[in-house]
Amino acid sequence: MHNSSISTAQEKFLKTKKRERCNVVLGRIVVIVLFLILWEYSAKKEWIDPFFFSSPSRIIHLFIKMIQSGELFPHIGVTLLETILSFILCTVFSLLIALFLLYFPKVETILEPYLVILNALPKSALAPLIIVWLGTGIKTIIIAGMSVAIFGSIIHLYNGFQQVDPEKIKLIQTLGGGKRDILHHILIPSTIPLILSNMKVNIGLSLVGVIIGEFLAARIGLGYLILYGSQVFQLDVLILSIFLLCLMAGILYFIVNLMVKLLSPQ
Amino acid sequence: MIQSNALPYFLQAKDLSYSYHTLSGEIPALSNISFSLNSGDFLAIIGPSGCGKSTLLNIIAGLLEPDSGTLITENDNPLKIGYMLQHDHLLNWKTIEKNVALGPIIQKKYTKEIEDKLDSLLSKYGLYEFKYKKPSELSGGMRQRAALIRTLALDPDLLLLDEPFSALDYQTRLSVSADISKIIKENHKTAILVTHNLSEAISMANKIMVLSPRPATIKRNIPIHLTVEDSSPLGYRNAKEFNDYFNLLWEDLCNA
Repeated sequence: MHNSSISTAQEKFLKTKKRERCNVVLGRIVVIVLFLILWEYSAKKEWIDPFFFSSPSRIIHLFIKMIQSGELFPHIGVTLLETILSFILCTVFSLLIALFLLYFPKVETILEPYLVILNALPKSALAPLIIVWLGTGIKTIIIAGMSVAIFGSIIHLYNGFQQVDPEKIKLIQTLGGGKRDILHHILIPSTIPLILSNMKVNIGLSLVGVIIGEFLAARIGLGYLILYGSQVFQLDVLILSIFLLCLMAGILYFIVNLMVKLLSPQ
Repeated sequence: MIQSNALPYFLQAKDLSYSYHTLSGEIPALSNISFSLNSGDFLAIIGPSGCGKSTLLNIIAGLLEPDSGTLITENDNPLKIGYMLQHDHLLNWKTIEKNVALGPIIQKKYTKEIEDKLDSLLSKYGLYEFKYKKPSELSGGMRQRAALIRTLALDPDLLLLDEPFSALDYQTRLSVSADISKIIKENHKTAILVTHNLSEAISMANKIMVLSPRPATIKRNIPIHLTVEDSSPLGYRNAKEFNDYFNLLWEDLCNA
């Protein structure tokens, strides 16, 4: 746009695009509202058993009650804290380990099959072991959270580092630079988009790991609340916790995505 | 590997040989390459694709060790080498200022003096106003000039140009090769150019070395003398000897 006066064709195009965007947002709202109305109505008409399926109004009542009694906040807070810590630790350690493997390619060649197996292993199988070794508590949950994301993250980052243009590395060598210069001037800057996109994957997986850990070894947290709800047949509690988890996953992803956008080179 | 010795030549290569090793066998790339350069020479190396031209440059640059043979330089001076690659490889995450200063920054020699020198090079070659721009905002020709300034920043004795114009379109290629040849002459640099382009070789170099297909041996050494008033690569293309050289080189390459 080098001119402030926009042609009518361009104006029309922009209008169409804007309308399309509005329609998408509208569509999304309609889907959730219809779902909630249908759910509430079916529960009221007893097409579905509200004892098993709950209903939006019951969940909202429970939510308000638990907020007023203050018992909900510790659960949300603990899960949030555990997820954020395991996300940060996972991101930092996977980056350090990927760089270590890059510097010692022989170690990587030897370890590669083990990394692949550990990555493919369902981490819920590891969680009980971690609990037996480390006991119950926040440390255990954080490690369970990390365990889900870290192996894939290492493999992803390592492969990304390897795809850096070898000619760029040669450039640094011809200018008399060594490994540190290659890392500083080429590897890190050219893989920043990869590191950031990897963070978006890690935040989701950390939450998965934290919930697995809480299922098995927690007295507090949304994962614990879900398990508790199912065991005492309070399906309202269970479904409320799932909703809160959805919300938390969405907000965390949104924040990481925003960070990624701010940090990305334009 | 560069050995030092008292010599009449700026750089002398003796019987350089090199082979690549793969699981399926040994691939000889260079076989007994010998040549010598005087200070200020512009040597062009031409040869069929994959004949080992880049391997030879890598050996001269010290990035590869030859299997046998030596490189000897004049008067005990280890050469400072500037290498220009096929693409400009300007780093998109740095400004032009930081890109051209990459060599001195890496070698921790980025002084005020160097900064001034780079500024004057940038303004001399029409890039000063782009000093704080990112490489993506420059045209192909400007990028290539910036890459040359980056190479000159370390004040190299010998410039190695590995098909530095092959990624450019034809028109840009002509003007950039003219620019770069001018910059090299103005700065009294000795240079070795690897290229596929016969016209480029004849118009820029004062010596041409024709290599055979792999394993590369020297097929012919041709000194170039063009009689022309306009001493720029574009002017050289109008020299009356130009076509004779062209045909000679063409035949050499075809009878490979």
